[in-house]
Amino acid sequence: MDSAKLELFRGTLDVLILKALVWGPLHGYGITSLIRRQSDDALLVEEGTLYPALWRLENKGLLKGEWGLSENNRKAKFYRLTAGGRSQLLREVKTWDAYAMAVAKVLGATQPPLPEEG
Amino acid sequence: MTPYRLWRRYDRLLGPDSASDVKDELRFHLEAKIDDLVTQGWEPETARQEAERRFGNFRNVQQIGEHIGGKMERRKRLKEYWSDLLQDLRYTFRTLGRDPGFTVVSVLILTLAIGANIAVFSVVNTLLLRPLPFPHPEELVRIHQWNPTAGESTMTYSTDAMEGFQEKTRFFAQVTGYFAFSGPDNVRLIGNGQPQPITGRTVAGNFFSTLGVTPVLGRNFSPEETVKNGRPVVLLSYPFWKRQFGANPDIVGRTIDLDGTQTTVVGVLPDSFDFGAIFSPGARVDVFSPAILSDMEDWGNTMDLYGRLKPGVTLGQAQAEADTIFPTLFNNNKHPDRGGEYDAGLFGLKESVSGKLRQSLIVLWCAVGMIMLIACVNLSNLLLARAAVRAKEFAMRAALGSGRARIVRQLLTECLVLSLSGALLGLGLAWALVAWLAHQGSIALPLLSSLQIDGAALGWTLFIAIAASILFGLAPGIRLASANLQTVMKDGGHGASDGRSHQRLRSVLVVSEIALACVLLVGAGLLLRSFLHVLDVNLGFEPSHAAAISVSYDDGGYAAKRGPILQQIIQRVEQIPGVESAGITDNLPMSTNRSWDFVPKGWDWRKQDATQDTFVYVVTPGYLHSIGMRIVEGRDIRWDDNQKSQAVVIINQTIANYLWPGQNPIGKIADAGGAEAQVIGVVADVHETNAETKAGWQMYVSETAPQYGPAGANLVIRTKLPPASLASAVMAVLRQINPAQPASEFKPIQMLVDHASSPRRFFVMLVAVFAILGLLLAALGIYGVISYSITRRTQEIGIRMALGATAGLVQREIVLNTLRLAVGGIALGAIVSLASARLIASILFATSPWDPTSYGDMILTLVAVALASSYLPARRASRINPLIALRNQ
Repeated sequence: MDSAKLELFRGTLDVLILKALVWGPLHGYGITSLIRRQSDDALLVEEGTLYPALWRLENKGLLKGEWGLSENNRKAKFYRLTAGGRSQLLREVKTWDAYAMAVAKVLGATQPPLPEEG
Repeated sequence: MTPYRLWRRYDRLLGPDSASDVKDELRFHLEAKIDDLVTQGWEPETARQEAERRFGNFRNVQQIGEHIGGKMERRKRLKEYWSDLLQDLRYTFRTLGRDPGFTVVSVLILTLAIGANIAVFSVVNTLLLRPLPFPHPEELVRIHQWNPTAGESTMTYSTDAMEGFQEKTRFFAQVTGYFAFSGPDNVRLIGNGQPQPITGRTVAGNFFSTLGVTPVLGRNFSPEETVKNGRPVVLLSYPFWKRQFGANPDIVGRTIDLDGTQTTVVGVLPDSFDFGAIFSPGARVDVFSPAILSDMEDWGNTMDLYGRLKPGVTLGQAQAEADTIFPTLFNNNKHPDRGGEYDAGLFGLKESVSGKLRQSLIVLWCAVGMIMLIACVNLSNLLLARAAVRAKEFAMRAALGSGRARIVRQLLTECLVLSLSGALLGLGLAWALVAWLAHQGSIALPLLSSLQIDGAALGWTLFIAIAASILFGLAPGIRLASANLQTVMKDGGHGASDGRSHQRLRSVLVVSEIALACVLLVGAGLLLRSFLHVLDVNLGFEPSHAAAISVSYDDGGYAAKRGPILQQIIQRVEQIPGVESAGITDNLPMSTNRSWDFVPKGWDWRKQDATQDTFVYVVTPGYLHSIGMRIVEGRDIRWDDNQKSQAVVIINQTIANYLWPGQNPIGKIADAGGAEAQVIGVVADVHETNAETKAGWQMYVSETAPQYGPAGANLVIRTKLPPASLASAVMAVLRQINPAQPASEFKPIQMLVDHASSPRRFFVMLVAVFAILGLLLAALGIYGVISYSITRRTQEIGIRMALGATAGLVQREIVLNTLRLAVGGIALGAIVSLASARLIASILFATSPWDPTSYGDMILTLVAVALASSYLPARRASRINPLIALRNQ
């Protein structure tokens, strides 16, 4: 599958960002590389969507941005999950699982559904 | 990640900068990308190009970032502001709760001051500021003759003149008027049971349409109802409709019996229209009937004139036009030879309603403003005293990182909470006051019944509450915030250093407070003395022990029948035990009035000065005695003064002194009210309208004279008993003679006098109350400062007493200290009072604005108050036990 063509569903980026920060604070570049590596290069997050998403999440209070030094001693903005962000992530993961399971059930079906009773 | 908060502390010294944050963040991203590409083997330059290419639209992202960043920043600031405010408020309630004495006293002071201010503002707003309750009230004009010498008759116009002006004017859209000579209870409502006296007014047919008043029920008068032999109709006033007819809407179209005439009710006027409130303060009107102008053309000057200017016409233009038209108008078109000799002054209706009160109201407003200032000074003083105690607390907060602005803000929050609480309670107080005032029908002030706390008053409340909190909070706030941290902490708040400048500021405050109280006292004193002078005026009659009741009788219009009926009434009333004497007059003093000509026989117009219009009273024998007038020369009217050939007249001293100085006027002949009459007596002058204006020309003619017709009848009795206790006996007599006599009550003559002086009484009362309030607040201020200074100097006083100072010495010093403050304040206040004497001079009566007695009284009062309020603290100081005082330190 062509990785570049794997478009993110709307709203999926938010949950990916939240998940990426579960392991600890990261700057924006760190988040893209984490998502890329974790998805085995299948998901590429574009800068043009990443940063607005980050700022939006920060504005909602799900993330907290702090300035710090990067690995090579550059000034960088690190994002950290807030408590609100953490519970939001839990909720979104649950929704996502339910959604994925439902989609999988439909797509993996081998026979039409039984007629409804009553 | 390595957080480096320390670095961030200096990063944004000038406050947060979200735009450059966004730029930094994105730039880091690019550089990290380039690094990665270089590690993968790209050339640095191409790596940069590649990174930028992959990033896409950098500027676009940056803009989004700046937008979101700005939004976050604003929200954060707002949140901080609110959380600071909440914190301040929580803190305020805690500190105020810890010091309930201070809180209660300051809120009480503010309640009184703000409450008084709101109430007075409502009065000023209603009487002066708010437009009259008519559409386009600025177009409404009152028209009256320039120089009214003898009451209503010399202010009014004849119906022909009114119609003439209406025809000729180009600047007036409408000219209207009402019959000026209606007294109270002039109509009998005949229904089930006894006839009931009600008050009717006769108005020109276009009166309500000119004002822009539309009936809530029914309609206005129609043109055919204003002509001779038209259908008799009335409009009801709203309160009368409610009272008499239980607000029954079916009344419209039905007929009621007024004075024996079946009269159709065509409508009910709106509740908002109060005739009395605007045109005759303190009077109630029940029904309005249309004037049949053709019936009235021979009655002389009867109409009070009003008009509505065309839109855009100025008063000046209209006045210029009136100056040319009025001299050409006739009193009676049938007698163009008798010139009308009219002139006309045009006054805005609002001006004519409340213009005379402007000065009084301004004085009142100033007085209440001074109360507010005194209250602020007092609060400042209390806060300063607290500030000294709290200095350590604030120093601590400053040391822990609170900025000065924040500390001042905290203080101002406290002040705001105090003054808003005061404003809230003050509103309650003002509401009660205003509700009470609005129902004082006996005060002859216009528009009083429409008094209420409205939006403007609420706005004013908020304004003074905030202004006051800034005024009294800022000085102590700045003082506190600028206190030197170290000194305060070291001092433990008890050093002498705090004392000096602090004490000086508080002394200045006390002096200004005394000065303000002094101005108030002088003003109140002057007004009070004026009022006493008004009460002291010899009215020319004796209001005490006299009472009047309106009488109705049926003489069929014949003067010859009138005499015996009235004589019978008076004889039988005088037989009632307790009645000393009785008499009948048509008009009572300080009530309604009218005037006729009085010209001595042989008076030469070309050589001699003009005579004046003369107040006329048609009276029976015994009236002059019953009302308590004094016959200076000659005799009273007799029942047989009914000769057709020549009438008799009693004149007042003013006429006698003007026409026949140094001569005996008895026996002189004059043309009195169009008939030849012989002067048979002279009476002392009567103040016919109120105690403050000079008496005009007055004459008294006989009820039995065929030449004259009375305008109604009032029975006046003189008795030492309460008049009400005689009412039923008198009413029984009147009913026997005339079964149609309506039930009415005795009005003490004193009531008429009180009514005439009620505006002055009202202002005096208010200003006096304010002066007392100011005095109390000043006393409180003095007490507070002196008592506080003694607390601070306990140690010093202890040492001095240990070194041999006696209790008397300590007391004397403290009292002298207070006196020094008082003298300073009095001097300052006296200067201000003297300088502002002109403001108050015009509302004084027979009192100089520099009246030494008032000033003397003020000085004595203030010194006494200063001494009294320093006595308690001084006594406490003299009882300081040196041992305890020193050990405490």
